[in-house]
Amino acid sequence: MQQLLEQYRKTAPDEVKSWVRVGSIHDFPADGGACIKHGTRQIAVFNFARRMEWYACQNLCPHKLEMVLSRGMTGEVNNEPKVACPLHKKTFSLRTGDNLNGDDLKIATYPVKIEQENVYIGFSD
Amino acid sequence: MKKIVVIGNGMVGYKFCEKLAAHPKRQEFDITVFGEEPKPAYDRVHLSEYFAGKTADQLLLAGSEWYEEHRIQLHTSELISGIDRKKKQVTTYKGKTYTYDYLILATGSTPFVPPVSGVEKKGVFVYRTLEDLDAIKDYAVRIKREGKTNAAVLGGGLLGLEAAKAVKDLGLKAHVVEFAPRLMPRQLDDKAADMLKTEMEDLGIRVHLNKRTENILGEDRMTGMQFAEEEILHSDMLIISAGIRPRDELARNCGLETGERGGIVVDNRMLTNDPSIYAIGEAALYNNGIYGLVAPGYDMAAVTVEQITGGNKVMAESIDMSTKLKLIGVEVASFGDPFIENDEVVAVTYENKFSRIYKRINVTRDGKKLLGGILVGDASEYNNLFQVYLNGLPLPENPEDLILGSRGEGSASALGNVLDLPDTAQVCSCESVSKGAICNAVTEQGCASVGDVINCTKAATGCGGCKPMVADLVKETLKSQGIEAKEVICEHFDYSRQELYDLIRVNGITTYNEALDTLGKGGGCEECKPALASLFASIYNETANKQVTIQDSNDRFLANIQRNGSYSVVPRVPGGEITAQKLIALGKVARKYDLYTKITGGQRIDLFGAQLNQLPHIWKDLIDHGFESGHAYGKALRTVKSCVGSTWCRYGMHESVSFAICIEDRYKGIRSPHKLKGGVSGCIRECAEARSKDFGIIAVEGGWNLYICGNGGANPKHAILFAEQLDDETCIKYLDRFLMFYIKTAAPLTRTAKWLDDLEGGIDYLKQVVIEDSLGIAESLEKEMQQLVDSYECEWKQAINDPEMRKRFSHFVNSDDTDDNMVFVPMRDQKMPRPW
Repeated sequence: MQQLLEQYRKTAPDEVKSWVRVGSIHDFPADGGACIKHGTRQIAVFNFARRMEWYACQNLCPHKLEMVLSRGMTGEVNNEPKVACPLHKKTFSLRTGDNLNGDDLKIATYPVKIEQENVYIGFSD
Repeated sequence: MKKIVVIGNGMVGYKFCEKLAAHPKRQEFDITVFGEEPKPAYDRVHLSEYFAGKTADQLLLAGSEWYEEHRIQLHTSELISGIDRKKKQVTTYKGKTYTYDYLILATGSTPFVPPVSGVEKKGVFVYRTLEDLDAIKDYAVRIKREGKTNAAVLGGGLLGLEAAKAVKDLGLKAHVVEFAPRLMPRQLDDKAADMLKTEMEDLGIRVHLNKRTENILGEDRMTGMQFAEEEILHSDMLIISAGIRPRDELARNCGLETGERGGIVVDNRMLTNDPSIYAIGEAALYNNGIYGLVAPGYDMAAVTVEQITGGNKVMAESIDMSTKLKLIGVEVASFGDPFIENDEVVAVTYENKFSRIYKRINVTRDGKKLLGGILVGDASEYNNLFQVYLNGLPLPENPEDLILGSRGEGSASALGNVLDLPDTAQVCSCESVSKGAICNAVTEQGCASVGDVINCTKAATGCGGCKPMVADLVKETLKSQGIEAKEVICEHFDYSRQELYDLIRVNGITTYNEALDTLGKGGGCEECKPALASLFASIYNETANKQVTIQDSNDRFLANIQRNGSYSVVPRVPGGEITAQKLIALGKVARKYDLYTKITGGQRIDLFGAQLNQLPHIWKDLIDHGFESGHAYGKALRTVKSCVGSTWCRYGMHESVSFAICIEDRYKGIRSPHKLKGGVSGCIRECAEARSKDFGIIAVEGGWNLYICGNGGANPKHAILFAEQLDDETCIKYLDRFLMFYIKTAAPLTRTAKWLDDLEGGIDYLKQVVIEDSLGIAESLEKEMQQLVDSYECEWKQAINDPEMRKRFSHFVNSDDTDDNMVFVPMRDQKMPRPW
């Protein structure tokens, strides 16, 4: 169980060692998310079309350890982009990875960049 | 810059850092913290969750990166061995020195180990740190491997019972040994403790009371405990949880004043007899007491931060030891003086041995004041009682109403109006927010919603237990200002669902983005998206396939997400009637995809365990066999349950099956504020249990009786008789009007029963609108319903026939692989998700 979680580490933009292409922008629904696979990791990628922003985080729900976050509904609270887990509606900030419902389960977030309609996720390894 | 050294990185030491880090004068201090454990401060209150699967990291209050971010130097695994008060410096066990301007002693406590002979034997543990828990875990594995299964806990207090649960979680047989004649002797009276004991024993935890342990048996490793009078309990492991002793040795060695029985003496500023040294938490002796709860420790941390930064906040005179917790699934609370017994006091008790509930309140003889009490089994009134006690609020005429609830018709809660609380009443104890601060946020600072008030005051951001009271206060304060708190959908739309229904219709708005641009603000959220999706469905009968990302998770994938992230599939079986051919088809599909099958509570067949990518394939097969979506995932009509009626039953009066099928087909796919269920019974024997449904139809002499607004669920409610002896056509006409009126006016996620409760004028008003057409809208309601009925389309058929729509069901965008994290385990010849 612990190993599952440990695969995911918050990656800041300046820690990125490799940018991995994970699809075209058309693979991801506007104002929604989808999941990509990178090695053994599952990463949820969110297209905030209204804000023209992209975010990525672990697909693993840190609460019950199921691979579901990409299927959650995106939204914002006080301008903070967030995703609600489809299992129990815990919401997580996609900027900081913080659980916005008060307890300390955090998620790992990853930088995303878009170049010529291609979506890249930044990894530190 | 002043140098602060904190010795101790437990919960209280951390709280001190957190409070200081957030203080406006933070920049004036340089903070260094020493913790002797290898990990930064963690949540000791929830320590036993470590056994139930929580990881050490999940228990952390803040990771080391938090300390870095806040420029606090944290030294873990570093023991302080001495304090030199003259030089104002501390020395670590490695001989390094650090100077300070202020020293904070947050050294906590150690478990008290009673001087019983044999406590040094292998297999004897204390329950305090993560390391202790690891050692207990390892030892448990070892003795289990040797076939030994008994473990004892010495001490039947709060922590002892937690430890017993931990032992049980480790797969051992737990025994609790208590010296006193009852469990939790400091919080509970005999009856409450008895109730708790019964609960514990039901859970398989043996409780031994009145037992003085004289000897721990065994050679090198312990094998049992010997009590007075030669009585022996065989046990291969013992966890001692017999109280705490403050860790004051550093303080004592440097000449600070300590208490006779331990503890660093502090005044109400948390200052020791050295003006540069403060002591907080379980190490501090304040008013001759050591306080082993986290809340007073947090208060002490807050007072110290204030003192150091020039404030004048001091510790309260008496410290409240009230506590509410859930012990192994049993709610237990105790507040004020739970035991007080004298001529001036009357104890009012309520005991229900059947539901295992015990409540006691201690009230002054004149019935004016609440002095304390105990709740076991049901502690739901704790917050109210605690407020009444803490603020000395007047009691209701019959004080027993406080624990029995008002039994008269229509009377309000025993607490009365929340605005009657004094301004000083502490509503949120985690963040110390008073009633006054909450009301002030509304009246002075312009907060207009619960969310605003929470952001502004930080109330309800801790444990969240006070949120209902905060919401009530905000609502009542707004009301007292003449502002009727409107039930707006969320921060993005300043309208109620009903207003949005009309606005969308009148303006012909067809997409969520358009609605947000013209009627709302910001980017939307998981509250308003599904609410608007429901409105588009109700107004245009738009299926969930058109705007997939605003659909609730289940609607987005047209299936119910289950415990392990797999989905269940429920095709429609109208009225529960199904041909043999279709039964076989369902069985074949279930076998082909290895699905778990179960008959649902609504007379359908549920196929569980489908992976996301399998859903379109399963539905293709089902649709080929003539099935259509059952909308088990939607806020929509689920089933119309029926008995067999006059078709087969010798008592049947009318054809309930045909009528149920007719109605289910009529309303299938229609989205509503919440799920809808119906039932049709062929006679008053009511085998379809139609009166527990949103609409129930029962055959009587001369036609159908129509019942409405019942439901099962958390608060079951019998449906109310609405009209009698109706023919088929009138029954459907009334149903059309009733359902459409509900769909148009109910708040999101409100079942019909709750909607009727909140409807001004109640059932009589509803009868006027639906039967007598008092508003003159009956015809348009019928017309709108007919439009919905006419535009039905099976959304699963839509989804699988369109390659674009199908795309959403692949697990990965960049790979054809499926989720390898999903694990099933066998159960009764089928499969189920691995337990959480």
